[in-house]
Amino acid sequence: MSEPRLDQSVLSSLKEVMEDDFPLLVETFLSDSQDRIRLLREAIATEQAPDVRNAAHSFKGSCSNMGALALAGLCKQLEECGRTAKLEPAPLLLQAIEQEFAAVSQVFAQG
Amino acid sequence: MSEPCTVLIAEDNAADRLLLSTIVSKQGHRAIVAANGAEAVELFAQERPQLVLMDALMPVMDGFDATRQIKALAGDELVPVIFLTSLTETEALVRALDAGGDDFLSKPYNKVILQAKLGAMLRMRSLHSTVLEQRNLIAKHNEHLLSEQRVAKAVFDRIAHAGCLSAANIRYLQSPFALFNGDLLLAAFTPSGGMNILLGDFTGHGLPAAVGAMPLSEVFYGMTAKGFSIADVLREMNQKLKRILPVGVFCCATLIHLNLHQRVLEVWNGGLPAGVLCRKDGSQQPLLSRNLPLGILEPESFNDHCEVFDIAEGDRILLWSDGVPESGNAAGEMFGEERLLNVLKNAPHEHLFDQLRAALSNFTGEQQDDLSLVEVAVVPEESLPWQSLPASASTRQSPLDWSAGFDFRASTLQAFNPLPFLMQWLLEVQELRPLAGTLYTMLTEVYSNALEHGVLGLDSALKADANGFAAYYRERMERLEALEQGWVRLHFDHRMEAEGGCLTIQVSDSGGGLPAAAMAVANAGTPFAGRGLRLLNELADECWRDEADGSLFLRVRWQR
Repeated sequence: MSEPRLDQSVLSSLKEVMEDDFPLLVETFLSDSQDRIRLLREAIATEQAPDVRNAAHSFKGSCSNMGALALAGLCKQLEECGRTAKLEPAPLLLQAIEQEFAAVSQVFAQG
Repeated sequence: MSEPCTVLIAEDNAADRLLLSTIVSKQGHRAIVAANGAEAVELFAQERPQLVLMDALMPVMDGFDATRQIKALAGDELVPVIFLTSLTETEALVRALDAGGDDFLSKPYNKVILQAKLGAMLRMRSLHSTVLEQRNLIAKHNEHLLSEQRVAKAVFDRIAHAGCLSAANIRYLQSPFALFNGDLLLAAFTPSGGMNILLGDFTGHGLPAAVGAMPLSEVFYGMTAKGFSIADVLREMNQKLKRILPVGVFCCATLIHLNLHQRVLEVWNGGLPAGVLCRKDGSQQPLLSRNLPLGILEPESFNDHCEVFDIAEGDRILLWSDGVPESGNAAGEMFGEERLLNVLKNAPHEHLFDQLRAALSNFTGEQQDDLSLVEVAVVPEESLPWQSLPASASTRQSPLDWSAGFDFRASTLQAFNPLPFLMQWLLEVQELRPLAGTLYTMLTEVYSNALEHGVLGLDSALKADANGFAAYYRERMERLEALEQGWVRLHFDHRMEAEGGCLTIQVSDSGGGLPAAAMAVANAGTPFAGRGLRLLNELADECWRDEADGSLFLRVRWQR
């Protein structure tokens, strides 16, 4: 993976903006992300390319806001699968997203 | 720092919502949040936020549709919508713009950029609302002005009404609101069956130009109805305008008196473009301005001298305001005096007015609203309605049994026209009011006969042709100015009779009265000279000459 897992400069500006609410933001991000991954899983299982694209696009956006650059990069690849309606690599990408998300969650949990 | 306001955040991602609303709140604004487009529209309608941050892709209703609906709800108000997007495809950006988006904010969000964009949008918004307020204010002022003009016009229409402009021998072109361009066109029948027409053009525009119209109209209608000469009317109008109008406001005007009975046109032009007397034989005479406009000179310097032209049936008089030659076309050229005179030169006599009007509208390509054009045709006297004064509403008893005599001597004859005053007195007899036109015509006739032939010794044979006609009026003026002795005597006697009443008028003069031969001539067919007496014969119930002193008697009867 070429991109860093978490962009420290993004994180520090988020902390600056959120102040005491930073843990709340992380918590919201993590629980919201689980929903997004569930939506992605369903869309891939039912082979709904537009749904895959939209869910991946939305997830990508919130990942980039949280500085989770690697995760955002994976989402972007999945969004591209959805956009071009070529879902063959999608299950593998989803798997990678789930692993990366687990790793990101762990980093956040460590504070 | 912009003023605190309410910002609607429409974003389906909870973490982004939290982040955005925190940033917005920290900048001192109130954040309200929606998780999809439908919620956003509903929230917008409830809270009327001043600015919207809108995610493009959301469930239920996307940001494009939501933006369209919000913009529709906002109406005239500018509610900036900033699209939150990591969309990089041009097509999506175009969709956002099409939906009414005003700006974009790309992810990841940057606090400083968001702050800058919020500030810029809110400044734009307040600028827009200032513009809107001013526009509404201007619209309000304009509406106010128009309604004032409507009220003013209603008042003016009562006083400065068009008079007898609808008479069969008058055609004119004037916009209903020409008054507010300072143009005034008035026409009224004189008691003797002729008509007076005034075309005026006040300096300036709008209400200031229109106010002078009221006193001018009152003088014009009041004095015309009482039979004053146009020289009297002019002097009064000039004096009144001079007194009430501020310096720099005055009225260019042409006043004409059409005497259909004697076939005489009197013209006074002060500052208006020269009108034209278009004779039936094709010749044309300009009615030149020889005076300053009304309202400039002090009464003692004012010149009320009118030019006199003989006229014949079928002749036409055309007058116009300078709006006619100054009419412009799309290319910015003016219609011009030359073009105008060319039309008059080449148009068939019967179609002068139509062709001039057509040439104007061809040239300008549209309706001009600041010009006045009027054509008056010389028609037989009897083709126009005979003016009779309405019976006065006064229940006062009429003076029915009286006699009175008046001697008018040289200096009075020079400077004073007694007829309007004699008429006013005669019309105190309510029963004579329906006969006002007849009486006025008779008095005019006998008075001018006595003055011109008896006192001034003018020979009416002079008037037999058009050249002599002008010479006659020149001679009349010169002799009158030089007059040192002489008098005209008018004696009135009113009595009751069994069935009604009877007015006897006796006229004599220092020149020995009516020559004995005149009564005979009255029945012959000489064109100019005999007409007056023939007419008197027709109008009066009885008409005779006193053999002893040559005085003329006229008797008019009325019945209950």
